[in-house]
Amino acid sequence: MFKRFDGDTRKPVEIFVDGRPVVAREGDTVSAALLASGLDVRRKTAVSGAPRLPYCMMGVCFDCLVTVDGMGNRQGCLIPVRPGMQIEIQKGKREIGR
Amino acid sequence: MRSSYDIVVVGGGLLGSAIAWGLGRIGQQVCVLDEGDIAKRASRANFALVWVQSKGLGMPAYTSWTMQASDSWPKLAEELREQTGLDVCFQRNGGFHLALGEEELEQRSLLLKRLHNQPGAVDYKMEILGREQVEKMLPHIGPEVAGGSFCPYDGHVNSLRTFRALHTGMAKFGVDYRPEHPVSEIRYDQGEFRLTGPNGEEIRAGKVVLAAGNANQTLAPMVGLEAPMGPTRGQIVVTERTMPFLPHPLSTVRQTDEGTVMIGDSKEDMLDDSVLNLSISSVMADRAQRMFPLLGRLNVVRSWSGIRVMPKDGFPIYEQSETCPGAFVACCHSGVTLAPNHAFEIAPMVAAGALDTNKLGSFSAKRFATSDVRTSGYY
Repeated sequence: MFKRFDGDTRKPVEIFVDGRPVVAREGDTVSAALLASGLDVRRKTAVSGAPRLPYCMMGVCFDCLVTVDGMGNRQGCLIPVRPGMQIEIQKGKREIGR
Repeated sequence: MRSSYDIVVVGGGLLGSAIAWGLGRIGQQVCVLDEGDIAKRASRANFALVWVQSKGLGMPAYTSWTMQASDSWPKLAEELREQTGLDVCFQRNGGFHLALGEEELEQRSLLLKRLHNQPGAVDYKMEILGREQVEKMLPHIGPEVAGGSFCPYDGHVNSLRTFRALHTGMAKFGVDYRPEHPVSEIRYDQGEFRLTGPNGEEIRAGKVVLAAGNANQTLAPMVGLEAPMGPTRGQIVVTERTMPFLPHPLSTVRQTDEGTVMIGDSKEDMLDDSVLNLSISSVMADRAQRMFPLLGRLNVVRSWSGIRVMPKDGFPIYEQSETCPGAFVACCHSGVTLAPNHAFEIAPMVAAGALDTNKLGSFSAKRFATSDVRTSGYY
């Protein structure tokens, strides 16, 4: 759905999405990298389990909630990617202690 | 809209709507006069426990009344679900009061002894459990938890949905609900009540039930009743939603059906619900985190304060006026816990025109004339 434009010359950054390697770019937010990955990155909401993707991309709507390096309910649109980052698509509520 | 009813209920909070729902359910023509959204409404600011343990110290009748409510909650939840399709998520698998440290556990044991030693109190099987027993039922407790008290009749509910269900159900029973309609005057004339609304208009009824929370203090004397109150403020901290980890509600921490964790439950002698005392929130959050260290990783998403409806001694007031028969006053702190009693017990008594003194005699406001003891009706 999303396609990176050809003139994007930023350095590649390898992250992992549910264990699969994904090449993002330096300066991407987690949400941008997920949307550009081509994978099915839909999370499930906490109460009804409805599917959601990042929406506002500016920290307001909380539809980008994701587990980053073992911590749940992070706002993916506000976190820049780092090499080796472990992203888990969150299915439902955050787990206690994560 | 009509201007004459069998019964007018003043106040459309949890207590007023439970009574009005109960009256509509048995075919009475009822009107509810309510304030608007700016009302300081305990129905929208409460901890949602259906709570038995430790209630009734100083008044054994309150213990029986509370037990009856706990036993009737499944019936209320089921009737509301059938009528409105709303699941109020009532759960009764027992609740805890946890003690941090041996001293707190000792204090709790003493309270339990005092409750047991009260003549005439029903046994609600509250017991003190040591740390190991508690840990079997609440696996995430922290190292400071010395134990706690457990009562199998304690539970909790989604109180906002209960409020919504009662209002939805009320409408289905044909009850007229009028918000933005505070009552400024009530006159009693030849067996009829005339209630004056905000624009001077009058509504007439054969009976009136005052269920206006703290406003009962000013309304009750208009019909020869009294409702001495000593309201307090409480604060709540709410976390983001998390997977179910807390299988039983606690007196101060509970996980809601939708996953948030509510942390309470402070008491202050002030009545401004528009500000928060952050030092109180931090003590509550700190204690909750010592009970369940994993809570420390959760984000807080809301905190708020609310005003409790609190009769002076903490126990409910139910009474019919002697000088204006047909006028009733009802107020209590535990509008969530006692909702089934208000719907299934108080409402039929009001419709019949007499409160059952065997059950409700202790709750007359006349007790305030003879005793100034301030005990506590809660936790």
